[in-house]
Amino acid sequence: MKDVHENTADWSLVIKPKAGLFDINIKELWRYRDLVLLLVKRDFVSFYKQTILGPIWFLVQPILTTLMFLLVFGRIAQLPTDGVPAIVFYLAGVTCWAYFAESLTKTSETFTANASIFGKVYFPRLIIPLSIILSNMIRLGIQLLLFFVVLAYYMIFDDNNLHITWAVVLFPVLVLLMGLQGLGLGIIFSALTTKYRDLRFLLTFGVQLLMYATPIVYPLSLAPEKYKWLIAANPFTAIIETFRFAFLGAGAFNITYFTYSIAATLIILFAGILIFNKVEKNFMDTV
Amino acid sequence: MSDVAIELNNISKLYRLGEVGTGTLSHDLNRMWYKLRGKEDPYAKVGEENNRESKGGEWVWAIKDIDFKVKQGEVLGVIGKNGAGKSTLLKILSRVTAPTTGSIKAKGRIASLLEVGTGFHPELTGRENIFLNGAILGMTKTEIKRKFDEIVAFSGVERYIDTPVKRYSSGMYVRLAFAVAAHLESEILIVDEVLAVGDAEFQKKCLGRMKDVSVKEGRTVLFVSHNMAAVRQLCTSAVVLRNGMLAFEGTQTEGVNYYQTSHNTNSEYIHEGTIETAPGNNSIRILRFEIKPMTGDVISISSGFEFAIEFLNAKEDINLDITFEIKNSDDIIVFHNGAILTHDKDSKKGKFKVSAAMPGCILNAGVYKFNIIFGENQRYELCVLEDFVQFEIMNESAGSSNAILPGVLRLQIPVEKSFSI
Repeated sequence: MKDVHENTADWSLVIKPKAGLFDINIKELWRYRDLVLLLVKRDFVSFYKQTILGPIWFLVQPILTTLMFLLVFGRIAQLPTDGVPAIVFYLAGVTCWAYFAESLTKTSETFTANASIFGKVYFPRLIIPLSIILSNMIRLGIQLLLFFVVLAYYMIFDDNNLHITWAVVLFPVLVLLMGLQGLGLGIIFSALTTKYRDLRFLLTFGVQLLMYATPIVYPLSLAPEKYKWLIAANPFTAIIETFRFAFLGAGAFNITYFTYSIAATLIILFAGILIFNKVEKNFMDTV
Repeated sequence: MSDVAIELNNISKLYRLGEVGTGTLSHDLNRMWYKLRGKEDPYAKVGEENNRESKGGEWVWAIKDIDFKVKQGEVLGVIGKNGAGKSTLLKILSRVTAPTTGSIKAKGRIASLLEVGTGFHPELTGRENIFLNGAILGMTKTEIKRKFDEIVAFSGVERYIDTPVKRYSSGMYVRLAFAVAAHLESEILIVDEVLAVGDAEFQKKCLGRMKDVSVKEGRTVLFVSHNMAAVRQLCTSAVVLRNGMLAFEGTQTEGVNYYQTSHNTNSEYIHEGTIETAPGNNSIRILRFEIKPMTGDVISISSGFEFAIEFLNAKEDINLDITFEIKNSDDIIVFHNGAILTHDKDSKKGKFKVSAAMPGCILNAGVYKFNIIFGENQRYELCVLEDFVQFEIMNESAGSSNAILPGVLRLQIPVEKSFSI
């Protein structure tokens, strides 16, 4: 009873049919911060309950994918990897892409997967996508550990031109950009699929296709000059290129592409929050 | 205490019936087109009153123009039949969905308990779920930590607190879930009929806790229930919803009485129209049937009830007899009782009026139906009317429990005792 309002004139809560376009309640989100952390914990803990290897399972996917890429794109298609060992090159790409793709697909299911909770109790709906981004970040952290171990091995025991550049200072920004891009696109899709589920089918293979439009299995330098802009138009391109430049010394850092990527991320995120905010009030009637 | 804690202004909610599918896209586009030109939603106009039984268009007002205020510290009972709009109102109040028109103003946090155990994860332990569920309901981690021991003690599952809840019995699960909810610290609490869980002992504990919340802690509670005894006991005021509209507003006793008298519309049959359309057959036509309590306004366990039937007989010169059967909601015939109306094969054409009375403290609470059988010469059935009229005997609490006691009969038998060592 500590925060009962003494002043009778002001209402602490007003429920109206429609929210204003920019009616985003940051303060309320902050009040529910404990929920975000508890949801992250739930996702993380429930993932490895009743398993023997526990969180080590997070490493299986990048290892197997990297090996597969190594075989298909490295050995069979013989795509160059900017002069760095192929394993490190692919592992960097796979790790970053998995974080983005996982965040995107999981957040896009926000409304449909949580309809039973949303139908019974109110909390800011944005909490769920935020918790998804954060729990995936833990997973990313574990996978990055693997990446760093492999990287260290190649730097110490192998004769090659791997070197860490100044761009590592951008690392936190890169992780943030990956997460926010996944979040922004994810909530746009989640809002659009509440009523019409059609887009859901598009998304699953759309993410797969998008990977090939991003320099994950090939370096940007391989793209012909004529089409380079097309690949760079994908805001994820600059992120992955900068990441490789920072840790592997491969490729180049392009300030234009990088700034563009930041701007695009912010626009996507902003648009996502607006659409999400508009849908969340009434989605229960149509989901 | 006269501060208004929550205020509803003309709340309405429009729902579209049927499926969301390909057909809806054209409606959506049409709506958008109207909106673009700054016109009103074309479908809002065709919304009809919420009545499940009648057929109609595809748009329905689940609730319409609900307008009331709840004072701080008040416990408001929301009563109404299934489909009267209670759940929709609760959903709007708990911000699960937004109203179509109108606004709600509230002071303080609103916590809603439309279900217990929302967000429980089967793989997590009881401890982890208390924190998760508490946070979903709007508590912060510090609040939950402070209340943790109290919650565990209330639930009575101390021993299993570090076991995943998927290993719990359903009773334990519900106890834990309610315990979390019961310790919410919000200023306004919205409770759906979640109390109908657990065993009798736990139900009592829940009701007690609800009372504490309002009386001792001065919080505002909105309580939705079909349990009239609980409403009467817990609430200080009540609103009655009917077909999505506010039908009554007043004290809890007035509200319950209003609901019970208006609810039993079925307990009477008055035929209107030509005789040929009256229920029955060519021999017998029923004109009127009514049931009313012998004392008071409501048929309850102790009130007893009287019933009267008026019918037209077309059979001459037979021994006419009539039999009443009363059937409970499990379709068990509780009794079968007949009377011979004409003894000497001298029945005449015309109107008969038969009435009888059933003393109180015999039948248990519940919904009952009448079967009426007319016989010829105590041998042939002239006319059989099954499930003709339905009525309800309201429960009366026995001692501390509000629950309907088991058993078909509710007799008071004298008990004598002696004691020796």
